[in-house]
Amino acid sequence: MTDRTTLRTARRRSTAARRWSPALALGLLSALACGPTLNSADIAPGTGPTLEQRTVARPGGARTADPRVGLRAGLLDAEEAIWNMRLVSTTPPARDFIGVTNSDLAFTGNYVIQGNYNGYQVWDISNPARPELVIGFLCPASQSDVSVYKNLLFVSGEGFEGRLDCGTQGVPQAVSKDRLRGIRIFDISDIRNPKYIANVQTCRGSHTHTVVEDPNDPENIYIYVSGSAPVRPAEELPGCVSAPPSEDPNSALFRIEVIQVPLADPTKAVIVNSPRIFEGLTEPPRHGPSQADLEELEAARARGAFIVEIQGQPFVLPDRYVDQMLAQFVQRRGGTGAPTAADSAALREALPAMIAAMMGEDDEPEGERPGPTQCHDITAYPAIGLAGGACEGYGLLLDIRDPKNPVRIAAVADSNFSYWHSATFSNDGSKILFSDEWGGGGQPKCRAGDPLEWGADAIFTIENGRLVFQSYYKMPAAQSALENCVAHNGSMIPIPGRDVMVQAWYQGGISVFDFTDPKNPIEIAFHDRGPVDPNQMVMGGSWSVYWYNGLIVSSEIARGLDIFELVPSEYLTQNEIDAANTVRLEYLNAQGQPHYVWPASFALARAYVDQLERSKGLGADRIASVRQALDRAERASGAARRDALTSLASQLEGEAAASTDGKKVRMLVDAIRDLAAQS
Amino acid sequence: MKARRTSAVSLLLCLVAAAACGGAARTPAPAAEPSAARSAEVEAIFRARQDSARMRYTEADVHFMTGMIAHHAQALAMAAMAETHGAGPEIRVLAARIYNAQKDEIATMQKWLRDRGQPVPEVHIDGGRVMVHGSHDHMHMPGMLTPEQLAELDRARGPEFDRLFLTFMIQHHRGAVVMVRELFATDGAAQDLDVFRFASDVQVDQTTEIRRMERMLSAMTADGGTP
Repeated sequence: MTDRTTLRTARRRSTAARRWSPALALGLLSALACGPTLNSADIAPGTGPTLEQRTVARPGGARTADPRVGLRAGLLDAEEAIWNMRLVSTTPPARDFIGVTNSDLAFTGNYVIQGNYNGYQVWDISNPARPELVIGFLCPASQSDVSVYKNLLFVSGEGFEGRLDCGTQGVPQAVSKDRLRGIRIFDISDIRNPKYIANVQTCRGSHTHTVVEDPNDPENIYIYVSGSAPVRPAEELPGCVSAPPSEDPNSALFRIEVIQVPLADPTKAVIVNSPRIFEGLTEPPRHGPSQADLEELEAARARGAFIVEIQGQPFVLPDRYVDQMLAQFVQRRGGTGAPTAADSAALREALPAMIAAMMGEDDEPEGERPGPTQCHDITAYPAIGLAGGACEGYGLLLDIRDPKNPVRIAAVADSNFSYWHSATFSNDGSKILFSDEWGGGGQPKCRAGDPLEWGADAIFTIENGRLVFQSYYKMPAAQSALENCVAHNGSMIPIPGRDVMVQAWYQGGISVFDFTDPKNPIEIAFHDRGPVDPNQMVMGGSWSVYWYNGLIVSSEIARGLDIFELVPSEYLTQNEIDAANTVRLEYLNAQGQPHYVWPASFALARAYVDQLERSKGLGADRIASVRQALDRAERASGAARRDALTSLASQLEGEAAASTDGKKVRMLVDAIRDLAAQS
Repeated sequence: MKARRTSAVSLLLCLVAAAACGGAARTPAPAAEPSAARSAEVEAIFRARQDSARMRYTEADVHFMTGMIAHHAQALAMAAMAETHGAGPEIRVLAARIYNAQKDEIATMQKWLRDRGQPVPEVHIDGGRVMVHGSHDHMHMPGMLTPEQLAELDRARGPEFDRLFLTFMIQHHRGAVVMVRELFATDGAAQDLDVFRFASDVQVDQTTEIRRMERMLSAMTADGGTP
């Protein structure tokens, strides 16, 4: 049950249902009942005040009693608050990059590549306590978001100052042959000596991009280009059309670009498709139902209110419309006076068909009502064949099994969301989290008075190809007006059996939270600094933060590169951290989600035991005896270890059915069996 | 149109990066030393570069920022009416978001102008009244409501206010998008990264909001018209 706008396949683009707003349907219901004209104020999901009303009425909600509140300002000596993490190192930028915005990160082997509006820096983080600068490559262009694939490095250029020759003098002319807006390609076979080998110019430049592998095409990789800046003049880049598609089918609006990069000769990289994945997106945004909405709906159901389902969203019919319709039923049977219980039952039975009949009609001409013109981020998760597109007013679910031809599966809009910015899947692909970069990242949107639903994350479950809203999450500590703060980039941390994410909130710092229960995300660790400047807003904070092979690496806009480690707490055990750290990645891109796979390890089994202790899925005595059994097995070797583990697994398997957390017990059984198999 | 100003600081910084100017260049540097001396050096370079970044602006950038303050101020005046003019819940949440966003953006633009020694238009908000001092001929900017339109909106209540609010705010936002387009089409404009970023954000935020408002308006119109 949800009152969220959920759209189905793009293929069914002319179906009436998608263009029917609930308001419209209810309006017709009232017309059917010959009632007065319905006005929009009457339309609210559930029965009580909408979430919007509550949101507006409630002054913020951010915590003001939190160690992150009121930290002293400073560039390199700001006061810090840290909880359940350890700061391993902070490394200021190299000279050419100081005072210029640090942007996104990419990882390959022991190297982290840090974008900067002046180019990029490559750090060797073999020793995370002392990252070593390998190369600073001066080549200005905002945002310089970076991605890697084997020996190739891709860098986004969007700003007007980017030059084909990497010069620092900018491009003063509005139209110029010297300007680069698009994707730069570097050969990093020798990472100490990157070679700038090619460019692909695009009509709107590249704000960010996504590298996508095609499992069926090992000779090429694909790049989805996201660019939100205005279209370049055709005099600068021939073929660029800023008119809408209704005026010119070659419009650079309402599409994304797909670049094909031949791995054998990346200099032949070229745009091969410009899919219009936004066609037919016309739904008005709705907010997700709050717990209060749901309770009100249940109360309405309990008192026998008439509830209609429109596009899968429950709506309580206002009494006056019910009265009118009942009066019609009375009239139709030739009766007079008050409607009887039989009339009520007849209406209840007839309602779904009445709604369906209305939804089936399509007397409205197909109008030009285009959806978003671009995406901000597209997070590809090739292991499950899906991508999450955060595209202006919409969150999209895309099928990318054929990377050249992404197809929209579902879409959501949300009246609490200003600008859909990025997407992150849970490791099992059953959930997706979208972030709202309200204010573009340069504004202080975490003040005590800013609503917790705005500039936040929205967490959805993916159910049969539909996105079902669950909850919002926003870094909960109130920040000052001197700190730009809003939801930004992060990644999953491979804590087995849980959905734990680390996320950057600009000068709101970094927040680690658990959304295993998608309705109740909770924060489990954080780090924050005071403002960059005590007197005025100066851009800073964590642009992005990612887990990479046991480290949590953050690109600090003003201060450089921060590296953290998790430390155990009541929310996270050393075993869970150790198990996470058994996951090894060869590379990582911000918008390419890896599928985490845990090799067999005692840490993994113990992590599940810890989780069973936390969930009380096994009794305290049993937890203790399982731990002892694992310890004994670890001390043994060969056949003795194998037999001990096999025996423990068998016992536990028998206990799963009786456990309140049988699923986790079975995960533990599998983990122990995997250990036995390699003993 | 003024040419880009180059301060001594930015010239110096360009010389520091001399090998880089005009070509793909690398700057291998020693491993970071988080010492007091290093920190002081980083601080000094940080401040100097922030200062020099403030010297890349042109007359077109100043014109845009100055004008957009007045443009945003009118949006505040419109948004402030929602609470007192019987707006529906969806319009109230939209208006609250516009008010919050554009008020913050006005502060950003004022800071940008102040940092560059330019005259800063002051915006006074007193309840639903918003006044701007120091911005000239702002009534002629794209999308600005005429005094007659403002008065019409002010007279409307309830659903009629909702409909007019959406209609006029779409007009107003479209004007802001036109202002960004005009800025970006001007030689020398938006080389200042703050201007590029800010103007781009205005463009995407307001474009997104225009589409949201168009959908709200069409849903409202499809209800059979407002009373």
